[in-house]
Amino acid sequence: MRIACPYCGERSLDEFLYSGDATVKRPDFASPTATEEFVSYVYERTNPPGMHRELWYHAAGCHAWLVVTRGVATHQITSVEAAREVALKEKSATKDTK
Amino acid sequence: MATPGHRSGTGSQPNRLDRGGLIDRSRTIRFTFDGKTYTGHPGDTLASALLANGVVLTGRSFKYHRPRGILSAGSEEPNALVELRDGARREPNTKATMAELFDGLSATSQNRWPSLEFDVMSINSLLSPVFVAGFYYKTFMWPSALWEKLYEPMIRRAAGLGRASDDADPDTYDKATAFADVLVIGAGSAGLMAALSAARTGARVILVDENAALGGRAIDDAAEIDGKPAADWVRSVETELSQAKNVRILRRTTAFGAYDGGTYGAVERVSDHLPKAAEGAPRQRLWRLVAKQTVLASGATERPIVFGGNDRPGVMLAGAVRTYLNRFGVAPGQRAVVFTNNDYGATTVTALKRAGVDVVALVDSRPELSEQVKRIAGEAGTKLISGGVVTGAVGKKRVTGVTIQTRTDDEIKLECDLVAVSGGWNPNIQLTTHQGSRPVWNDTLHCFLPGVLPHGMSLAGAVAGDLALHKALAGGATAGASAATSTGRQATPTAVPKAAEESEAITPLWRVKNPNGKAFVDQQNDVTASDVELAEREGFRAVEHLKRYTTLGMATDQGRTANVNALAIMAEITGRSIPETGITVARPPYTPVALGALAGHHREKNFKPTRLPPSYRWAKEQGAVFVETGLWLRPAYFPRPGEKDWLETVKREVTTVRSAVGICDVSTLGKVDLQGADAAAFLDKIYMNGLKTLGIGKARYGGMLREDGIFLDDGTVARFGENHYFITTTTANAVKAVQHMEYCHQWLFPEMDVQIVSATEQWAQYAVAGPKSRELLQKVVDPEFDITDAGFNYLQVGEITVCGGIKARLYRLSFSGERAYEIGVPARYGDALIRRLMEAGQEFGACAYGTEALGVMRIEKGHISGPELNGTTTPRDVGLGGMVSSKKDFIGHVLGKRPGLTDPDRPTLVGFRPVDRQARLRSGAHFIARDAVPSASTDEGYMTSVAFSPSNGHWVGLGFLKRGPDRIGEIVRAYDPVRGGDTLVEVVSPVFVDPEGVRVRG
Ligand SMILES: [Zn+2]
Repeated sequence: MRIACPYCGERSLDEFLYSGDATVKRPDFASPTATEEFVSYVYERTNPPGMHRELWYHAAGCHAWLVVTRGVATHQITSVEAAREVALKEKSATKDTK
Repeated sequence: MATPGHRSGTGSQPNRLDRGGLIDRSRTIRFTFDGKTYTGHPGDTLASALLANGVVLTGRSFKYHRPRGILSAGSEEPNALVELRDGARREPNTKATMAELFDGLSATSQNRWPSLEFDVMSINSLLSPVFVAGFYYKTFMWPSALWEKLYEPMIRRAAGLGRASDDADPDTYDKATAFADVLVIGAGSAGLMAALSAARTGARVILVDENAALGGRAIDDAAEIDGKPAADWVRSVETELSQAKNVRILRRTTAFGAYDGGTYGAVERVSDHLPKAAEGAPRQRLWRLVAKQTVLASGATERPIVFGGNDRPGVMLAGAVRTYLNRFGVAPGQRAVVFTNNDYGATTVTALKRAGVDVVALVDSRPELSEQVKRIAGEAGTKLISGGVVTGAVGKKRVTGVTIQTRTDDEIKLECDLVAVSGGWNPNIQLTTHQGSRPVWNDTLHCFLPGVLPHGMSLAGAVAGDLALHKALAGGATAGASAATSTGRQATPTAVPKAAEESEAITPLWRVKNPNGKAFVDQQNDVTASDVELAEREGFRAVEHLKRYTTLGMATDQGRTANVNALAIMAEITGRSIPETGITVARPPYTPVALGALAGHHREKNFKPTRLPPSYRWAKEQGAVFVETGLWLRPAYFPRPGEKDWLETVKREVTTVRSAVGICDVSTLGKVDLQGADAAAFLDKIYMNGLKTLGIGKARYGGMLREDGIFLDDGTVARFGENHYFITTTTANAVKAVQHMEYCHQWLFPEMDVQIVSATEQWAQYAVAGPKSRELLQKVVDPEFDITDAGFNYLQVGEITVCGGIKARLYRLSFSGERAYEIGVPARYGDALIRRLMEAGQEFGACAYGTEALGVMRIEKGHISGPELNGTTTPRDVGLGGMVSSKKDFIGHVLGKRPGLTDPDRPTLVGFRPVDRQARLRSGAHFIARDAVPSASTDEGYMTSVAFSPSNGHWVGLGFLKRGPDRIGEIVRAYDPVRGGDTLVEVVSPVFVDPEGVRVRG
């Protein structure tokens, strides 16, 4: 598998580490149901076939965390984004709706 | 290529034809097989040279020890497996058909005892009822005690293939990566045309072929291309490709796996055709080939027709017979019968005739024959038996004749020493299925063709079902051009050379119904047609069950001449179609790959890199004993003359630190430079304890948790400026901690203004510890910096200069419990600084100390380290629960409060000392109550770290004990059944030295 790091270009799989689901959001520690929310955030995952949004780390490269959209059955990668950009965008979107 | 002529018939190589083949007749080389010397020519394989010398018996079979010969001329060979070379280079299960001949080659037949000609174990043939399908499951089930003592040793001796060398592999292996616009796999006529038309667009082309010579079947069949011998055409294409700067040709290179993203694994046999690799050259090279587009031109493998005695030496695939005649100038027999179900197979008659081999009969199972087949038989003057089948090959160590059943059910017996058999061709689709694609059955061609192709792959030639040469050439030209076009190149059509139109007509026949003798489907694993029938009767009808029950297709050849026939036989028995019965899907590797090639240079000391701390050279000069900690090679202790063992040395080092001063290289600790307007807020998120109040010029302990509340790492946080921090991590977790921080910054807290840089390698850092440490430092720290206790107290940090202006950082930290400092300088000064410190320390009686003394002193002080931060412990478990902030949001806060992690019954850190002060403690021992029976339910915790404490004069330990802090003074058992330890220990405070902590402050 090859991942096109937005900073380094297309690189081989062995430069990267997979690190889980990029769709879960870290809950608010002050929430009254914080424990349940954190349990779900840390442990509970579904594993449907099809496209996943995953976190990858360019360990043997630029150390960027990436959000990779990947078909778990086909290994087809449809997008690779810098995680920080994605996170900033999501945070500003949440703010706007509030 | 010259037309093959008649064989010389006399002297050495009696079966070598007078003319023809691509061998170099001007040179004769010698080789041995089973100790006997033969000759051959450069260009031969071991198989072709053996056949030239009339050797047809090459091995014994796996289960029945039946005599076996050479079936094929390629990598699909199931039978002619030999041990190649001697001594440490002995390689078992080498295909004689793929081993290129070199001067001095030595090969030994396998799986026979005492000799190939006379093999005792062939008695297994008489025991064949016990060796039928499922014999592993049935025969040896009861009584089970006999398995270990009798059955397994017996099977191991009786069955099996070659023996690997017991010595270390003396060769080296290389790894390389190459990139291409267009990768062409297979250099037969289709692959050559594809490479040529892609190369002419300027695309970067890599062409790989598993053979030494390019050309494939066009050469094996002595075809004509553009009115000339195929070899001439191949040579001209090869010349053009070799001269093109955008083309790389990898010969003797097998593309063995297709992976995601246009990545292919290939192994190049760089030196296997040489007696020994050239100085500095690898034996093999593992390639990672990355291609935008791939043209798979992997050809096809001929399949047999299953009949009685079809494994006798002298029964050979028809295409292989043509290869030996045309490519190697060898006649594999003198009287041949050709048995086919297709037009292509019938052309073997012409090839044999041209070489002067007598063709006794052409047996074609089809009742209605094409004009082409009739013409072939007519021109050769060969008896044509249409609608007939060969039911059996007779003979022992070589075929002496066949029995034929005619269309009218008459039996004919004919004498012959060669049976050329063709059941059609199976496209080599393996690489198309490696990513899970399912092949598709084709009812016209009667074979599996590739299904959905991996991204970027296209097909050309026989693998696409274009068996005929004229179609392969045209298909190759198109595939090469369109692959290059997809990578953005402009293609102008490459002229397709002319070749005669060939017929691919076939009527399937998988096996003959009433075989005369054992009829083998999988020759390497000795699986017969009746085994398939038995499997069906016993319910193992699904192809995956059939495979496992009979072991069909599970040998080193992956059943390349077996699987489709087996499937078809099962389909026939069950009355289903072949695609209904199952399909064959391959996994990498296409052919076996040596583990040495996969390992490459990553073996022994080169398995992983070695990291050397800055004082390494100096420590080596001192005669330090080193220890591997992760990748680092650190001094464990520094023995002095007269010290009788490590314990004496370590005692001396500890005592020196506690009474005077010692120096230890702590550069291996992870170091992270952290800057930015939000640096303080960020640290508050990643550490469990409050750091907001940490002033500039101060350091503080920091505990880092995982989100689940378990310890991730710990270290110190030093603040050098308003927005500038410097963090240390443990040696073991340096990489993981940086990864975690980057995760927190980039993903969880992206709005924070922070920069994180690992600085582990940039700083050489030494701990200077002991009551005399400040006096020693005074000698190297430049005088304008006040490091007296008034100016530089415990937990203070500062930027200073040493030795006349060298920038340095000083930290007043202590791991030993003594007054201590850590001093950091840019790594390039590390060697100079250790020498200067040791020199300056002489008057104070300073010594260097290693990881052993470091460990002893931290255990004496009850400081936690790797054994306590073992991935299961919480701050509370290690006695740091009070440090955890209850107010702020930090990683691990919420889940760390779960009842299971805060249960007072959890094993908690305490100290231990042996009741008998002479007794030794062992880490790993479990604690149980004095009078309890040892069991999992009475287990109350475990010892994590132990050391002989010079300061106490006895062993001390740290460990986790249920409600430990409440049980100080209690006596428990430290039970260690693995090493036979059972020691009474007293529960004590984990701090064994200076419990009031006065010494660190001086
Ligand atoms: Zn990168």
